Amino acid sequence: MKTKQVLLGHGSGGELSHDLIKNLFVKYFDNPILRKQTDSALLELKAENLAYTTDSYVVDPIFFPGGNIGKIAIAGTVNDLAVSGAKPLYLSVGFIIEEGMLISELEEIVKTMAEEANKAGVMIVTGDTKVVNRGKADKVFINTSGIGVLEKDQIDISTGENVKVGDKIIVNGSIADHGVTIISERNELNLRADVKSDCACLNHLIQKVKDSGSQIKFMRDATRGGLATVLTELVDEREYGLEIDELNLVVNENVRGMCELLGFDPLYVANEGKVLMVVAAEDADKVLEIMHADELGEKAAIIGEIVDEHHGKGWVTTQIGGKRIIDMLAGEQLPRIC
Amino acid sequence: MKYIDEYRDRELVLELIEQIKKASTKNITLMEVCGGHTMSIQKFGIPALLPENINLISGPGCPVCVSSRKYIDQAVAYARLDDVIITTYGDLIRIPGSTSSLDQEKANGADVRIVYSVLDALKIAEENKDKKVVFLGIGFETTAPSSAVGVLNAHKMGLENFFLFSSHKIMPPAMAALIDEGVQIDGYIAPGHVSTITGAGIYKDVAEIYKLGCVISGFEPVDLLRSILMLVRQLEKNEPKVEIEYTRVVKPEGNVKAQQMLEEVFVLEDDWWRGLGILPKSGMKIRDKYKQFDAEAMIEVEVEKTKEDKGCICGEILKGQKNPKDCKLFGKVCSPSDPVGACMVSHEGACNAHYRFNRN
Repeated sequence: MKTKQVLLGHGSGGELSHDLIKNLFVKYFDNPILRKQTDSALLELKAENLAYTTDSYVVDPIFFPGGNIGKIAIAGTVNDLAVSGAKPLYLSVGFIIEEGMLISELEEIVKTMAEEANKAGVMIVTGDTKVVNRGKADKVFINTSGIGVLEKDQIDISTGENVKVGDKIIVNGSIADHGVTIISERNELNLRADVKSDCACLNHLIQKVKDSGSQIKFMRDATRGGLATVLTELVDEREYGLEIDELNLVVNENVRGMCELLGFDPLYVANEGKVLMVVAAEDADKVLEIMHADELGEKAAIIGEIVDEHHGKGWVTTQIGGKRIIDMLAGEQLPRIC
Repeated sequence: MKYIDEYRDRELVLELIEQIKKASTKNITLMEVCGGHTMSIQKFGIPALLPENINLISGPGCPVCVSSRKYIDQAVAYARLDDVIITTYGDLIRIPGSTSSLDQEKANGADVRIVYSVLDALKIAEENKDKKVVFLGIGFETTAPSSAVGVLNAHKMGLENFFLFSSHKIMPPAMAALIDEGVQIDGYIAPGHVSTITGAGIYKDVAEIYKLGCVISGFEPVDLLRSILMLVRQLEKNEPKVEIEYTRVVKPEGNVKAQQMLEEVFVLEDDWWRGLGILPKSGMKIRDKYKQFDAEAMIEVEVEKTKEDKGCICGEILKGQKNPKDCKLFGKVCSPSDPVGACMVSHEGACNAHYRFNRN
């Protein structure tokens, strides 16, 4: 490419746009559907039920230990499909780029997206690029949407219709890594901790659990608002409650230190590679075993269970054995975390 | 994690609970007067562990909550001035004033910046010589020394555009006033960080004249339970006194250097407290010597007429006479995302802590 920076012309639809599409997007995202460069991606699907989702990514900074905005943009949408019980297949990608962004940075992001999509086994089949004047966006914003196919027997996973008292609650590893990494990188406090975002696509891990025939009753990825938000959503207005034990939550030592220092409760801090799964009690050990054998579930743990008490509410047994309620986060803890 | 895990050990906590149960025969009510304690007690779920005869209540320990609404109104008025940059700790930004709040003003274009230290405010003042930089100084003896450092450094640096808007208060007059008002308590869990500065001497009158025990406590569960055990033992023996549980931080004489700075910069004057009214010599006003750094004296501003809320019982909650759940607004029209009173906004506020951790 001729210039080192993104210019307004790169979004004009003219020569510069074509240059960007050919030398960057098509080059890295390459697949038979995208290669046709039709106005819409033409897809063949043999399924009665589809899952369809979209998300926009505005994380600041765009590069951080453990990933970048591109990795989140793929993983976030893949995970939204996977936790709905679907097999993710196709993604769209839309970029809003601030004039002056370094092409080398954009290339790094696009490369990561391609790698991540490849790893997850999904195709990026359509996309769009807009460039806005300097100061009208912050480097780059990305929107992705995704389509996945859904087997009939998985339809109730996202609503949790089949959850019942006695079911176990499992999380695939340590919490709060992503949020703390972003805070640490922003460096407003001149604090830097040795931490890394957990950003990852979870579809293969989830597929393994599904393949084992274990009864998954409910799944959701715990992103903004942290695990606490998902726990609250799980029991809200239901005829059951839940209880977790703080001692069963995995929090990495450096992450815990930062949370102590900043007054954050790890339960409320964002993750980008964590799924909360509710499974039938008899399947819990099997699910745990499958997760432990996978890199993304090495530290998986049963954190609690569904109970026939305090309906509609989640309670946590604190580290010291006391009890308190789990509530949703009020207001914004930290803007632009993903 | 060192200094944390050993103070949150489940076994040790259970052992302390057993000791408290064994030692305590009377029905007692203990009051914590520090927002940090309120938070810890609720966050760790301590009330559920204590025997039924021990009741914990929250007092006026949240500085944002006890300050008058007029303070926010005046800060809002400063924020509306074109040549002013407001610098503040984060917890003030969402507190509702009579008709606005600092975050609302920020959205309207006012220059309101969250800082983590008064030193950040000084830096902003240095970098923006054409603006007046107002630092909102709020808090008890814990945060007042850093405001004093701000004034002393500004003086040293010859800064002419740094101003402190002080709402700093001292704790002992409130502790005495509560008892004068007839609030029924049997002992104080005394604030750890305030005492780090002041030392243990400031509670002498409470113990000797009012015959109430004061135990200066740390913030971890084991600290709080040990303090409760110490108070229980005092009460069983009828020997109220001042004791320090938080010995790893608090020295009996306190931080003498910080005390000298407070004395240098501030003079005590009568001040208004939510729920308690005007308490003699309870507020810290900037001395005339440093008047040039006093926002109130130096920046003229028209402040709207203060309107207090109807139905909000923050005042009685701050006195420990009512529980947040007694308030008819609690959880209905007043919640952390849509607060009516300051007690629901500040993370150290009793209503906020109850809402987040103990709402049935």
